[in-house]
Amino acid sequence: MNAPLRRVGVVVIVLFGLLFANLNWIQAYKADEYRTSDYNGRVQVAKYDRKRGNIEAGGTALAVSKETDGELKYLRTYPGGAKYAHVLGYEPVNGSATGLERAENDFLAGTSDQLIVNRLRDMVTGDTTAGGNVLLTLSKRAQDTAYDELRNNNRGATKGAAIAVDPATGAVQALVSIPSFDPNPLASHNTNEATSAYNKLDKDAARPLRNRALGEVLPPGSTFKIVVAAAALENGIGQDTNIPAGSSYTPPTSGEAITNAVPSICPQAEVTLMKAVTDSCNTGFAKLGVQLGPDVLKEKARQFGFEQEDLTVGRLGETGLGVAASRTGSMANPDGGTDPAALAQSSIGQRDVRMTPLQGAMIAAAVANGGSQMRPYLVRQLLAPDRTTVYDTANPRELRRPVSGQVAADLRDMMVSVVQNGTGRNARINGYTVGGKTGTAQSAPDRPDHGWFIGFALDSNGKPVSAVCVVLEEAGSGGSAEAARIAGQIMRAAIAEPGGR
Amino acid sequence: MTAPATPASSPATAGERPGVRMARSRRNAELSLLLLAMALVAAYGAMVEAKVLDTVTPGFWVPAATLTAVFLGMHLVIRFLAPFADPALLPAVALLNGLGVGFLRRLDLAKAAPEERADLAIFAGIGGRQLAWTLISVVLAAGLLALMRDHRSISRYAYTLGLAGIVLVMLPAVLPASISEINGAKLWVRIGSFSIQPGEFAKLALLVFFAYYLVRKREVLSLASHRFLGIDFPRGRDLGPVLVVWAISLLVLVFEKDLGTSLLYFGMFVATVYIATERVSWLLIGLVLFFGGAYLAYVLGDAVGGPFANFYLRAQIWLDPFAQPYDEGYQLVQGLLALGSGGLFGAGPGGGQPLLLPEVQNDFIFAGIGEEIGLFGLSALLVIYLLIVERGLRAALAVRDSFGKLLAGGLAFTLALQVFVIVGGISKLIPLTGQTTPFLSAGGSSLMANWLLIAVLLRVSDAGRRPVDGAGGKVTRPSGPPEQLHGAPTEVIKP
Repeated sequence: MNAPLRRVGVVVIVLFGLLFANLNWIQAYKADEYRTSDYNGRVQVAKYDRKRGNIEAGGTALAVSKETDGELKYLRTYPGGAKYAHVLGYEPVNGSATGLERAENDFLAGTSDQLIVNRLRDMVTGDTTAGGNVLLTLSKRAQDTAYDELRNNNRGATKGAAIAVDPATGAVQALVSIPSFDPNPLASHNTNEATSAYNKLDKDAARPLRNRALGEVLPPGSTFKIVVAAAALENGIGQDTNIPAGSSYTPPTSGEAITNAVPSICPQAEVTLMKAVTDSCNTGFAKLGVQLGPDVLKEKARQFGFEQEDLTVGRLGETGLGVAASRTGSMANPDGGTDPAALAQSSIGQRDVRMTPLQGAMIAAAVANGGSQMRPYLVRQLLAPDRTTVYDTANPRELRRPVSGQVAADLRDMMVSVVQNGTGRNARINGYTVGGKTGTAQSAPDRPDHGWFIGFALDSNGKPVSAVCVVLEEAGSGGSAEAARIAGQIMRAAIAEPGGR
Repeated sequence: MTAPATPASSPATAGERPGVRMARSRRNAELSLLLLAMALVAAYGAMVEAKVLDTVTPGFWVPAATLTAVFLGMHLVIRFLAPFADPALLPAVALLNGLGVGFLRRLDLAKAAPEERADLAIFAGIGGRQLAWTLISVVLAAGLLALMRDHRSISRYAYTLGLAGIVLVMLPAVLPASISEINGAKLWVRIGSFSIQPGEFAKLALLVFFAYYLVRKREVLSLASHRFLGIDFPRGRDLGPVLVVWAISLLVLVFEKDLGTSLLYFGMFVATVYIATERVSWLLIGLVLFFGGAYLAYVLGDAVGGPFANFYLRAQIWLDPFAQPYDEGYQLVQGLLALGSGGLFGAGPGGGQPLLLPEVQNDFIFAGIGEEIGLFGLSALLVIYLLIVERGLRAALAVRDSFGKLLAGGLAFTLALQVFVIVGGISKLIPLTGQTTPFLSAGGSSLMANWLLIAVLLRVSDAGRRPVDGAGGKVTRPSGPPEQLHGAPTEVIKP
């Protein structure tokens, strides 16, 4: 019996060897991953011992940590509430942070390499290093206006977004998505409360947690005509060139006629490009798109920022909030050739064309800024925990040049005409030159249309001060006019109280 | 009977067989090791207080001293009743038990309100209760040593114990869930606020029966293997008992919803069959039956659900615990995170966050301790377990009768298997099942059963290391029939 007993001893050693090897795997190889896991409450306890930095805009603190008596020392609160929820995100005890709380976590938490000197100093003095502060570009007034106007829109739309940027720098002045949510319960130290608050929001059919300004892609409707017009201007068509129009256009191979919003728009055989933009002539742009071809359209859209998948809005040169890619979609037949019907519908921003509100604002901003599209950003400055040292000041940079200065000037004239004489009259601001383009996009066959407006404001010297995009989802008839009105209000607020640059 | 003052030097000069080293009881080595272990336990307690309370209270040594007194008592009992028992067993077990009490007390400190922490009564909380259980368990173990002066004497009760074992195993399964189910596993018998795990005792009782049964059956099996020389697999009718135990363990798996216990019983049985028969084919048959059965339960759990659903769910959690980190996978995920957070060196005694772990006083105590003592500390704990197991196997090698060999070998292997099942479970090596961690987990049933197991090992090792001709002199030899018929190839005492 001794031989099998010895073998049993070997088996035991093998079993314990397996245990030992597996513990090595967990406690050595995977240790860092587990130590910093989002599910690991220890990270939280250690993290909450340290005062997290503020997030501020225009001197107002929007996210602050308050001392409590609990096991987790500091409670994250959001005095800005729902208004800033999609920009700031929230920092839950369990699970992942979102928004800038996530993107700027290292600096806010005080673990960033940039704060190494502070940490070393505090190691000597025995203090716990507080986190650094993040200053935003937002204009508090523009943000307030955008949030209030969106929520109180006269179309009764419950979903929508607005974003305003400074065309000259790319600094975001306002960024709002409705419906929004109160981030405070999500940051509660009572994790059951936080979880139930999250579950309620997560299950909400209106998806309040979604940042529609950056993450929602919708058919852009007639706002896309600016891109088509830019392509036309670069292909030998001038503002005053007559283009074919008409009250109805049935593209070859398609049984479905494209008509204008009302019969009074461009019923004549030909209108100028200027007139076609001003009145938002569908037949004219459908024919124009078919004439230009899918490659020209797609390339122009790409130059304006369509198809970009890796854009983030946060700190320049660093990560930030992710932006969904805008798409022009397929305009081809199943056999690979161009489908004129798809091309015609895409030319008026329907079919498979999809755009984020940010992309709309960036088109307007590029036009307003002489053809130069600046990279959008939200973080103006990083401030040391003691608020004396500035670590990082945003240095605006050009993202791309979608159009030349001349084409931009022509587009600007046409967009100004839209607000002065055409469909965007609601956006006018006294003392400023406002340009824009409305859009009404079919959503689903039996659902109301989306209302869009993209636009910009120039001061009396012709210098751009704000570019904006407003979308009211399923707002129905009159949605784009209401969007134009809200856009005007937001730009007015941004002019009255510019955000930081 | 009088205590030899210096047992190590007590053997009479006469009567030693040439070639056999003079037998030494090594009781003083046991005493030194025991005191060293208790010093470690006291130091652990002080470190915990320094970390959790920011100060070491004047009474930090009281639990360690109480434990020391208890274990010293056991040491004295061994000195009198089993003077040649293995000297490493008691100190190793005492160290684990003491660290377990220390860690449970550390949990009490963490749970208590800050102002109450400094004056936590010695028997308060789960740590204090564990201390009391330790006292009771050690008294039981001493009692068993006193009653069972020869391990062969319990073979007389083999059938009684076998029956009792089966009853104990099946008891929670047949009782209503309100009495027997805790955390999804039907392993308990709850009477009021008091609950016992009959399975812990069943494994001891069953092993005695297995050992007795197999020693008798072994003769038949040996004959059979001669008759069928060259044929790898046993006769069909010899498969009977294996199939019965296999069926019982699958019933346990299904009705008590517990893979670990099932694996434990079956592994225990297969190991003893293998030791008894020396036929690898039994091992293969056993493994195929068990894994086949487990796989079948998994497939049935997926397809049919019902009684197999729990096992299927556990297997799913094991495959990807992070799929549902807050729901089904919560325990395992938190265990892994605790172990990972401990890393190589751990957060130090008292420096971790064990209260984040569910069931940290039971199933997950190894993870909770691991967070604080790190990979190095856990490796040391594993080595101590390994030491106990190998000492048990050594006792099996040394003892001369087949029953003793099977009993000690089986018990040692069972202990190893239990450690493997629970530590492997919490570290995602195998699907997690509710098993206690021997000597560490809070709970009287487990502690008592494992101390009884150690008492048996002590008894067998005493028999094995005792000089053949009674050279121990002053120690009375148990007067049993010289059942050394199968012990022909057995080594006597080799270093």
